[in-house]
Amino acid sequence: MTDRNIPVTEDELHAYVDEELPAERRGDVEAWLAAHPDDAARVQSWRTMAEALHARYDAVIDEAVPKRLEIERLVQQPRKWVYGAVAATLAAFIVGGGVGWLAHGATAAPSGLQTFTVHAIEAHRLYVVEVRHPVEVPGSERSHLQQWLTKRCGWVVRAPELTGAGLKLVGGRLLPSSAGPASFMMYESASGERFTIYTAKSDAGAMQMRFAAEGRESTLFWADDGVVYAVVSTSADRGRLTQVAQAIYDQMEKKS
Amino acid sequence: MRQLGVMLDEAFAPDNFCKLVSMSAFRQSVEAMIPALRRYARALARDADIADDLVQDTLVRALRSERLFLGGDVRSWLYTILTNLNKNRRRSLARRPQFMPLLDNNPDASGTEAEGRDIARALSTLVEEQRSVLLLVMLEGLSYREVADIQGVPIGTVMSRLARARAHVKASLEGERAPLRRVK
Repeated sequence: MTDRNIPVTEDELHAYVDEELPAERRGDVEAWLAAHPDDAARVQSWRTMAEALHARYDAVIDEAVPKRLEIERLVQQPRKWVYGAVAATLAAFIVGGGVGWLAHGATAAPSGLQTFTVHAIEAHRLYVVEVRHPVEVPGSERSHLQQWLTKRCGWVVRAPELTGAGLKLVGGRLLPSSAGPASFMMYESASGERFTIYTAKSDAGAMQMRFAAEGRESTLFWADDGVVYAVVSTSADRGRLTQVAQAIYDQMEKKS
Repeated sequence: MRQLGVMLDEAFAPDNFCKLVSMSAFRQSVEAMIPALRRYARALARDADIADDLVQDTLVRALRSERLFLGGDVRSWLYTILTNLNKNRRRSLARRPQFMPLLDNNPDASGTEAEGRDIARALSTLVEEQRSVLLLVMLEGLSYREVADIQGVPIGTVMSRLARARAHVKASLEGERAPLRRVK
């Protein structure tokens, strides 16, 4: 038998509400609550809190599961969803862009890529305006550039072939990042528009393509196999950025 | 294409057929958890889009590790992955450019809208571990033991986090309502 005189602890009150209390102690707690209105009110407030949580969030359970979360999709086409995500990102951005800017303070990209995109955008800003020294190793030494960056970064760095998108390799350089060395490559079109590719190590594993913008720069970035890639452009043309990013993504995929 | 062919051939080799059957059972149990994971993520991250990103990343990781999963509770395991992904995400919020929310996520308001906003706001004032404990226990109905395993802490820590979270949310809800009463 339990002793009714043993005072009920705070922990026991929580355990009582959460149904973690041993059955033989329940009666004691109920008797205690009858005699201690303050504790009874507290217990009641926790129950009300639980009801409020369910009232607020249970509707999510009944929502149709978005296509991108369908298991079949994730299993059979582990990569295809990236394109879907890009399209959705851009469509939603174009539709809701104004709202987005107003609410930007409230949101963030997932999984630790914020610092990375800041670095990618800063590097772009810093070097894209350079006329004489935009890169350390010029594009004419492509294979040397690739070997050097691969050796220093520790993952396979490839300078993708983007002539299909009208872009020529200007060259590349090694940069610091919060996760060690980063590779930086610059491309240029005949009209002088410049795109940069910044890659660094990441603990994000794999991550769908996302869009971020700061000031005049915008970036599409994704992670694959522990390496995160950002394609940065100063152009306001998002379709063009997507085209370039997809071309790069495709080549990275073929490699692996 | 070629890969798919190989996968099917392998799948129907007698040795692997049993594995395939158990793999699809695994997938089914993962799939059955999607609605609950979305609810948890929504409450955890507040933003519906970020929440679904978290769920998607969780699923991708879980499915990748399908072969490594040696039995045990799929449910707890999925909550663990999601909780950790969210922790990593929050850890790196310090510096960031301005990100586009993809949609203006209005509350999925059931119950009164004001109440929904109140509870969401109160949640947002909690520190990460406390919010996670509160939601796993009160919304997802996990046991203290399961939450302790998910967070990798002793049960006593779970209980003290829960107690602090409840006290904090209670104060936050009351603090918000008090001025309203005075206005009336």
